[in-house]
Amino acid sequence: MSSFADHLTIAPVVLPLFAAAIMLALGGDHRVLNATLNVGSTAALIAIAIVLLRAADAAPLGLSAVYRLGNWPLPFGIDLVLDRLAAIMLLLASVLGLAAVVFSLARWHRVGAYFHPLVQLLLMGINGAFLTGDLFNLFVFFEVLLAASYGLALHGSGSARVMAGMHYIVVNLVASLLFLIGVSLIYGVAGTLNMADLAARIPTIRSEDRALLEAGAGILGIAFLVKAGMWPLCFWLPDTYAAAPPPVAALFAILTKVGVYILLRLWPLLFGGQAGAAGYFGGEGLLVGGLATVAFGAIGILASQDLARLASYSVLVSSGTVLAAIGMERTGMTGGALFYLVSSTLGLAALFLLIELVERGREPGADMLAVTRELYGEEHELEDTTHIGLVLPITMGVLGLAFICCALVLAGLPPLSGFIGKFALLTAALNPQADTISVAAWCFIAVLILSGLSTLIAMTRSGINVFWASPDRTVPRVRAIETVPVVALILLCAVQTIEAGPMMRFMYATAESLHAPNQYVRSVLGSAGEAPKSQRVDQ
Amino acid sequence: MEIVLALAIGVLTASGVWLILRPRTFQVIIGLSLLSYAVNLFILVMGRLSSNAAPILPIRAAGDPTQFADPLPQALVLTAIVISFATTALFLVVLLASRGLTGTDHVDGRESER
Repeated sequence: MSSFADHLTIAPVVLPLFAAAIMLALGGDHRVLNATLNVGSTAALIAIAIVLLRAADAAPLGLSAVYRLGNWPLPFGIDLVLDRLAAIMLLLASVLGLAAVVFSLARWHRVGAYFHPLVQLLLMGINGAFLTGDLFNLFVFFEVLLAASYGLALHGSGSARVMAGMHYIVVNLVASLLFLIGVSLIYGVAGTLNMADLAARIPTIRSEDRALLEAGAGILGIAFLVKAGMWPLCFWLPDTYAAAPPPVAALFAILTKVGVYILLRLWPLLFGGQAGAAGYFGGEGLLVGGLATVAFGAIGILASQDLARLASYSVLVSSGTVLAAIGMERTGMTGGALFYLVSSTLGLAALFLLIELVERGREPGADMLAVTRELYGEEHELEDTTHIGLVLPITMGVLGLAFICCALVLAGLPPLSGFIGKFALLTAALNPQADTISVAAWCFIAVLILSGLSTLIAMTRSGINVFWASPDRTVPRVRAIETVPVVALILLCAVQTIEAGPMMRFMYATAESLHAPNQYVRSVLGSAGEAPKSQRVDQ
Repeated sequence: MEIVLALAIGVLTASGVWLILRPRTFQVIIGLSLLSYAVNLFILVMGRLSSNAAPILPIRAAGDPTQFADPLPQALVLTAIVISFATTALFLVVLLASRGLTGTDHVDGRESER
């Protein structure tokens, strides 16, 4: 518990905290220094996440560290748990963080105060939520990340942002209150807030108390599902994401995944097969809700007239797919869902950044005009012929290619990683443990394929409108520092495709340990440390 | 005492829910405050009600747990109060910004057409 490597577990929380504190102490005037600190800290987070990921993957059972804060014995103290799932999410969050920060350096960090410290605090909250092994500590980290996200959603101000931000804040405040009610109900029944201890106690809970426990878990679940954007709790999401500044929206792509992550973490742990009579509580709800979310998102994608809203609805499709896959409660499904989660989050972040670059060259409202033109067929004018034969400038080439790649990732077409993720999900759905494929699995397959189709149609349509058919467009002035994060995120998707074998192995190993929570419980509580002296005297 | 607390929580929650469904931002913020009071009381109650009971066991005396108040919910409530206070203050700022930008205190930024 004293070596440097052990303390690295808490570094993803402490490092952004200190970075933000230093930035706040410096004040908003030292913009260059703030930006340097922000980039440096986020890059260091990536390095730390990679080290932690390797450690977690090498560890037996995939759980490399249980960090007891203040060295209090478990289950009384708060612990941070580093396993494969936490490590991969940490890496994903810090990669998105770096992409968003580098993108913002071109101009977005100048449109309002305190962009850099807020990003660091957001990353601190996200990382803490991924690492913590205690329900109430999770609440605190949730509030940290929400408070930072309120500030970031309003970054740059303007009445559209303030209106969307206000709805976002109210919805999330209510969700936080539900979170508290759920946590206190669970504490009232089980008498503990430590996740591992809770998992150990749930099978022993008396049957007359089980209704109360399940009510608590249900209310808690609603709080996470609001965050994850499950239908019908998702109506705040498209407005907020479309109105947020692009680098912030790219960062927010991981926020829905925080809700998804908590469900992935808690639900198999507390209500998996080993939980006795409480087992599989709410699984159908997750499945049905997830499918409804995908359907809603797919229709929303088709109906969106501007690109930012299209991307926001894609966020819903992505988190709905993962939720439905979790609801199936099978190792193969969960593994595929994890792969899909990583690739779709990277693709979404790239899309949010890309949209801003593309939109820059168009007059506002061009999307509306494009759709109107489609409807009324008023585009048969011959004026555009003068442009035929012109070589497209390199900027448009890069942006167009990036847009195609995003479409491929999100719609799940080969050769990029979205295809492999969806393929893994479909394979798992078509190879049930029982002899017949259930109705739910058929629904899942149909919805997954149809959502891919609708994404493809909508993105092809808007791609044609934006890159080919747009009249009097000017080539957007794009700086290299803005294209680098977009290209890097897409390259990561490509790397994910090339390294699909090792990555799938990792994801399946993660899924297996998620569905065998006894190991988690034993590893966490086994490292309980010495009992304090006073307690021994008492005995 | 149970029935009084239960009624208090119920009334606070009901008022809070009604208020956050109202169209004016000020009503919403008061509703959120009332809801957070209700939730704070609820957390406290979840540690079981006890009066005249110390939350800490004396050193070197095991004691009967029924004689002591559960200290954990009290600590949780403290955290929850601080956080809801801070977020309410933040919401107040957004509320004022929205009033300044749109000129109305309607939650949608424009008066509903009847």
